[in-house]
Amino acid sequence: MSGVPTLNPFSPGAASISHLFMAILFVMLAIFLLVAALVTVAIIRYRDRDGAPEARQEFGNPRLEIVWTLIPALLLAVVFVFTVRTIHASDPPIAGHRPDLRVIGHQWWWEADYLGSGVVAANEIHIPVGRQILVEVESADVIHDFWVPELGRKIDAVPGHPNHIWIRADKPGVYLGTCAEFCGNQHAWMRIMVVAQPAEEFAAWQRDQLAVPAVPESGVAAEGARIFRDQTCINCHAISGTAGNQRIGPDLTHLAGRRIIAAGAAENTPANLFSWLKDPDSIKPETHMPNFQLSDAQAHALVAYLETLK
Amino acid sequence: MSGAAAAMRAGEPSRAAAHRGLLAWVASVDHKQIGVMYMLSALLFFGIGGFEALLIRVQLAVPNNHFLGPDTFNQIFTMHGTTMIFLVVMPMLAGMSIYAVPLMIGARDVAFPRLNALSFWLQLFGGFLLYFSFLAGGAPNAGWFSYAPLSEPTFSISNGVTYWVLALTCLGIGSIAGGINMIVTIVTLRVSGQTIRRLPLFVWMTLVNSFLIIMALPVLNGALVMLLADRLLNAHIFSPAFGGSALLWQHYFWGFGHPEVYIMILPAFGIISEVIPVFSGKPIYGYEFVAASTVAIAFLSFTVWAHHMFAVGMGHVFELFFVFTSMSIAVPTGIKIFNWSATLYHGRIRFTTSMMFALGFIVMFTIGGLTGVSFAVAPIDWQLTDTYYLVAHFHYVLFGGSALAIFAGLYYWFPKMTGRMLNERIGRWHFWLTIVGLNLTFFVQHPLGMMGMPRRVYTYPDLPGWMILNMISTIGAFILLASVLMFLWNIVSSLSSGAPAGDNPWDAWTLEWATSSPPPPENFALVPPVHGRRPLWDLKYPDRADELVAAGEG
Repeated sequence: MSGVPTLNPFSPGAASISHLFMAILFVMLAIFLLVAALVTVAIIRYRDRDGAPEARQEFGNPRLEIVWTLIPALLLAVVFVFTVRTIHASDPPIAGHRPDLRVIGHQWWWEADYLGSGVVAANEIHIPVGRQILVEVESADVIHDFWVPELGRKIDAVPGHPNHIWIRADKPGVYLGTCAEFCGNQHAWMRIMVVAQPAEEFAAWQRDQLAVPAVPESGVAAEGARIFRDQTCINCHAISGTAGNQRIGPDLTHLAGRRIIAAGAAENTPANLFSWLKDPDSIKPETHMPNFQLSDAQAHALVAYLETLK
Repeated sequence: MSGAAAAMRAGEPSRAAAHRGLLAWVASVDHKQIGVMYMLSALLFFGIGGFEALLIRVQLAVPNNHFLGPDTFNQIFTMHGTTMIFLVVMPMLAGMSIYAVPLMIGARDVAFPRLNALSFWLQLFGGFLLYFSFLAGGAPNAGWFSYAPLSEPTFSISNGVTYWVLALTCLGIGSIAGGINMIVTIVTLRVSGQTIRRLPLFVWMTLVNSFLIIMALPVLNGALVMLLADRLLNAHIFSPAFGGSALLWQHYFWGFGHPEVYIMILPAFGIISEVIPVFSGKPIYGYEFVAASTVAIAFLSFTVWAHHMFAVGMGHVFELFFVFTSMSIAVPTGIKIFNWSATLYHGRIRFTTSMMFALGFIVMFTIGGLTGVSFAVAPIDWQLTDTYYLVAHFHYVLFGGSALAIFAGLYYWFPKMTGRMLNERIGRWHFWLTIVGLNLTFFVQHPLGMMGMPRRVYTYPDLPGWMILNMISTIGAFILLASVLMFLWNIVSSLSSGAPAGDNPWDAWTLEWATSSPPPPENFALVPPVHGRRPLWDLKYPDRADELVAAGEG
């Protein structure tokens, strides 16, 4: 079931939902087959043909009505009990825990703030393997929805109404997710990538994220840094070590270390970055990143600078 | 429009003196003409909404497609949903009720014929108003549910959503007036002898449905006025950034929206409850239980709205309440499925096209009903809501359910409306193409959702398996196009050359079959006496009349 993430859980919470779902799928299949068989048998046996007996004028049978009222009701009562159990197993209470991570949905990207550590990431969320992570989910604008099916339930990012979920990955790996609530033009490219790493690797990643990159002082990259500062990029994007500290667009401090850009719309390659800077719509149509009409030389310089931000 | 022409000829003798041509329709307050106009307008918008569905499926046939841009796609899917719900299913079912109910209760017309005309023209005007938005700077693009704050002026800057609000308000007023009209008609204009326990089930379900309409639509209209205030007067009712609440809109919207689901299916249940007994040659099995379960569904439908909101973070206590009520609805729904199936047993089943659609309904609707139960289980909803699994679910309900029942009803009543039979051979083609197309289009969307594909996306990444399933779905949509063309061809050709229907081509039992096809403007020269649920059966077999049999069996 590797291609079916809702049935391929990597956390206890996701597993409890997946088990219940499998069971319900079988119940649904059984009931469907029962109804289909009822209809099929009837239309074969009682079809109008030569010599078929006349239709029997019957009006019903209260005893049968009770049977097909009570049996489904009992079945549903059983399902209800399992539902209650699964609700608590898959979405345990926060019980006074402080969130480890605050994920904020923006049109159309995800901000991830590692609370207490100062690390700020975008779209690519690193977590340590085997640990319950409490995520606070918020929105900066409209309603979004944070959903990584292999790791657990989805939850809406509602402006003015912070929500909390536990996520956990029991194996190292990359888990794909997506915004699951319609949020405007680029709802399609508001994807999530969760990278689960062994504890020491995760700690190393966090240390790297906290490092302040040096601002290049010569060459094309220095020209790029100057453009970043002078040509309005800085009005929306933050890079530590520079004057840029705005959170309107993704934090770019360690952009070069990410796998994807534009919330999953393209792989993070110098060629794609160049296209993105020249004309964001060519990668992600109708996105909020404006087209600044950069010259090829300016775009190349910016790419050279951004590539230094490991 | 030739359907209109033929039905018009029918009404002409007495009205010819007053009005001719188009004016005979525009000025009409006759329930039959108004019913036919409702159905024709629904067919018109069905063509438009279907075309939008095809655009959606073409865009999604392959990953990373550039056929439609994001905003265009969002306008198209918003219009597809709004059109199919408010301009196709609701007016089609309303039209069938307005046409058939007065005939089935032996009345001359509805209680308020002028109000009836007003309802229709509001309906048509609302439809045109909605579509005028395309010319006025862009169609609505926030989805048929228009969740705040995406539908607020900050995030939706074109006038589209404003047109959506105004159009739906207009449609809502027309529907509420129609609901009141139906209730008064059924309560006051029944022929003597037709007690409430002898009402045909289609009339029963129209009655219950009309109560749903007059209770649910005002909730929507109230919320629409608030949204309008937000959009035009900066009222900020649904704007969290200014102290409003985004979730309040969802509570209002689904407070209307879930009863709305039943508004779109109860009359369909009614059609099935007429068609299956007639073509099985038997009375409906468990009449009281079919009727009572409808009332149960209607009550419960007002208590389940927040199961649309399991992902918003309500807290488990509230979620469990809505899990419980939502699951409860499955019981009365199951009662209906079993009673329809039981009606087939010991019958003598005639496979008319109408009956085939009704049988198709039982099986297809069961799929939609079962996946519906899986959404009542909150944890499963937490995984699958807002994915293609949900799209599959409600299309099995609305296409596999409502649409198949509507086709069953149209094949059933078309001879009454026009005096001509629809062609059965073309009907069979229509049926099988519909079943194949429906399942190809929508069945594969279950696994797509389980594989993580969200809904309302204009495109998607090329993940393993996604493209082939989407391609199959798109092919299915074109088969559905073929089936609809087959149906339209059947209507057009049968209007001119269909076999004459006679008064009662199906050997049915309810009162509409006791008058000519099409009925005269005054409906009946003489209404037959009503001593039971099947007056024409009693008339045909006086020694085996229903009340004698029932009395004999104790």
